[in-house]
Amino acid sequence: MNFLSVGNPKRFLKLVVVVFTALIIGLGLLVSPAQADSVGEDFDHAVLGNVKIKGEPIGGVRIVVEGPSYTAEVRTSDDGSWLVGVPTKDTYTVTLDQETLPAGIAVLEGGATQDVDLGLSDRVVKNFFIGQGERNEVSFFDQFVARLIYGINFGLMLGLASVGLSLVFGTTGLSNFAHGEMVTFGAVAALILGTVLQVPIWVAIPAAVILSAGFGWSLDAGLWKPLRKKGLGIVQLMIISIGLSLTLRYVIQFFIGGGTEQLPGFDSPKINFFGSVALSINDLYSMGISIVAILGFALWLLKTNTGKATRAISDNPDLAAASGIDVDKVVRLVWIVSAALAGLSGVLWAYFRPGIKWDMGTQILLLIFAAVTLGGLGTAFGALIGALVVGILVETSSLFIPSDLKYVGALVVLIGVLLFRPQGLMGRKQRVG
Amino acid sequence: MDWGTIINNTLAGLLTPTTIAFALAALGLAMHFGFAGLLNFGIAGFMAIGAYGYAISVLTFGFPWWGGMIVGIIGSILFAILLGVPTLRLRGDYLAIVTIAAAEIVRLLFLTTAFTDVTGSADGLFGYNNSGGFTSANPFPPGSYGWGPWTYNSETLWVLTFGLGVLAVCVWFLWALMRSPWGRVIKGIREDEEAIRALGKNVFAYKLQALIIGGIFGGMGGIIYAAFANVSPGVYVTSITFFIWTSLLLGGAATIWGPVIGAVIFWTLQAFLSNILPELALAGILPVSGTQAATLRFVLVGIGLMLLVIYRPQGIFGDKRELTFVK
Repeated sequence: MNFLSVGNPKRFLKLVVVVFTALIIGLGLLVSPAQADSVGEDFDHAVLGNVKIKGEPIGGVRIVVEGPSYTAEVRTSDDGSWLVGVPTKDTYTVTLDQETLPAGIAVLEGGATQDVDLGLSDRVVKNFFIGQGERNEVSFFDQFVARLIYGINFGLMLGLASVGLSLVFGTTGLSNFAHGEMVTFGAVAALILGTVLQVPIWVAIPAAVILSAGFGWSLDAGLWKPLRKKGLGIVQLMIISIGLSLTLRYVIQFFIGGGTEQLPGFDSPKINFFGSVALSINDLYSMGISIVAILGFALWLLKTNTGKATRAISDNPDLAAASGIDVDKVVRLVWIVSAALAGLSGVLWAYFRPGIKWDMGTQILLLIFAAVTLGGLGTAFGALIGALVVGILVETSSLFIPSDLKYVGALVVLIGVLLFRPQGLMGRKQRVG
Repeated sequence: MDWGTIINNTLAGLLTPTTIAFALAALGLAMHFGFAGLLNFGIAGFMAIGAYGYAISVLTFGFPWWGGMIVGIIGSILFAILLGVPTLRLRGDYLAIVTIAAAEIVRLLFLTTAFTDVTGSADGLFGYNNSGGFTSANPFPPGSYGWGPWTYNSETLWVLTFGLGVLAVCVWFLWALMRSPWGRVIKGIREDEEAIRALGKNVFAYKLQALIIGGIFGGMGGIIYAAFANVSPGVYVTSITFFIWTSLLLGGAATIWGPVIGAVIFWTLQAFLSNILPELALAGILPVSGTQAATLRFVLVGIGLMLLVIYRPQGIFGDKRELTFVK
């Protein structure tokens, strides 16, 4: 029986009345004071804690402890302490009512409701990590809009990396597993220029992109071209790219260590847009730079001779070669362009995360693959659309699923696409083989 | 430089539960890639499912240890079917991307805090060997066994004996399979799928069977690893898949003993490098810090993998004619 259906207006009205009554009673309960700072002290077990911010206690914060058969609530005393005695050794959920915190203060980690387990000891201390922060009280729609914009930003960034991977695949047939390291390379180059050599950041970033382009050139000149000449198959090339990925990743770790480094100006101020969408100045720059770079790339691919030659090789390498296109020269250019775009996306991603880590490229490698596959392997503009879809999906999915699973959604899409439309959104069926 | 310790630790690396676990996983990859030509980059996912299947069924559902291990194996079979049914019709490099993505999904699902009660999240799981009775099934009385670098307490000896037994059965099984008519069909599919299809064989079913058998080996590898160490999601990352690939290609992909010997060489070399590189750094011979020296061995793995594929794709024991399918 579907009693929630709106089909019967009378029943629906009744439901609304019931809900409202419940809400009003609930609000009444909220208003009524529960001033004790410790309850149930007669019980053998207890959950207790302290609410403090930078050593300053906060009094009057409402704490609710709920267990399988017992619920109690307290308000913290003037020294910030609270204690709730509980009858049984069980798992209890402790909720800190953020409404009772001073303005501008919120629970920063783990959420306002957390579990405590009294399995091992009689008294368990539960402290919340609170500090200045946005309280999570914006409406779902506002959150969605904010996530959507972050997603577009992330998607554009992924797009920069994806078009390169897609072009390399289109022209050489290689699924380059070292592409993630090309992303990291750009970020690390900007880091070394910007913080070690103290170059102004607006010089450091273009220089990092140029260095990335040079890196792409040297990879093709030193490794991929000789291997193509040697006539290695694409599976062998793919495994070599895995070896290259491991090598580069750990070489980067060798130089910058295992920690997280920051580029200059990573904590730029935030600007509020219509309601709750707060974007930092970096986010705006990042989107602007991505769009300009992608437009430039599109113009190159569509209008110039080398761009046309690239597309011709993606279509049919033998025919292109027979038509007088110097395949090696074009492939070299593709590696340069691909590495430069990957490097740029690495710099932007370092601002988006924020932070530079030795394995940051590997973290998004599969998302890049997802974007490229979704768009259609070997199609540059398909990769761009795929990247936007993946970026938006990753960011908005954290509204519905735990945020540490947000990449799973994109990977499921990747597998789903390969199952139902292996040629991708823009690809042609013949490529699937 | 303390050569005694370095040599001792290196020799100890020849026979450890880790080596056995990775030899099993490499054996699974040999089935997938070497014999059936399937590019599986998700072997870490099979290991994770084996390990977590064992640990979770013991800890959460109170299975005995052998029941838990069977659950781990069933888990790997189901994972193989789930992975294989939709993807085996796709081209090789598509399968590679799907398997690597699936293994990451598995790892992220074990890592997320959403299922902490069951999976232990980032802390992983422990204590299942005791509560499942694997430890008390140990036939060896407490004490010290072996000599020199190969000195083990009774618990390690039990895991080693158990692991070696499993490995021996798996090696024998793979050897028997590969000289059977079934094995010849599998190799035929690897060489020329269309030709085998023209003979009226159901290529898809054969490939799926190969994926399942290799997946069982991989799951067993995860179980042996779990029987020795804790189950932690940080182990089953894509790097581990690549290390197993390196072991496999080192020994020879299309051989029976290659993956086992490759894994032994790989982990002995790792033990050697992880001992000697920091010592060299400490002695001032290498101008790097201790942590940098530890990183260096993974750089060497990467370079080694590249050189191996470029110059000797058939591995140490392989026959080059067996690898013409790698195009």
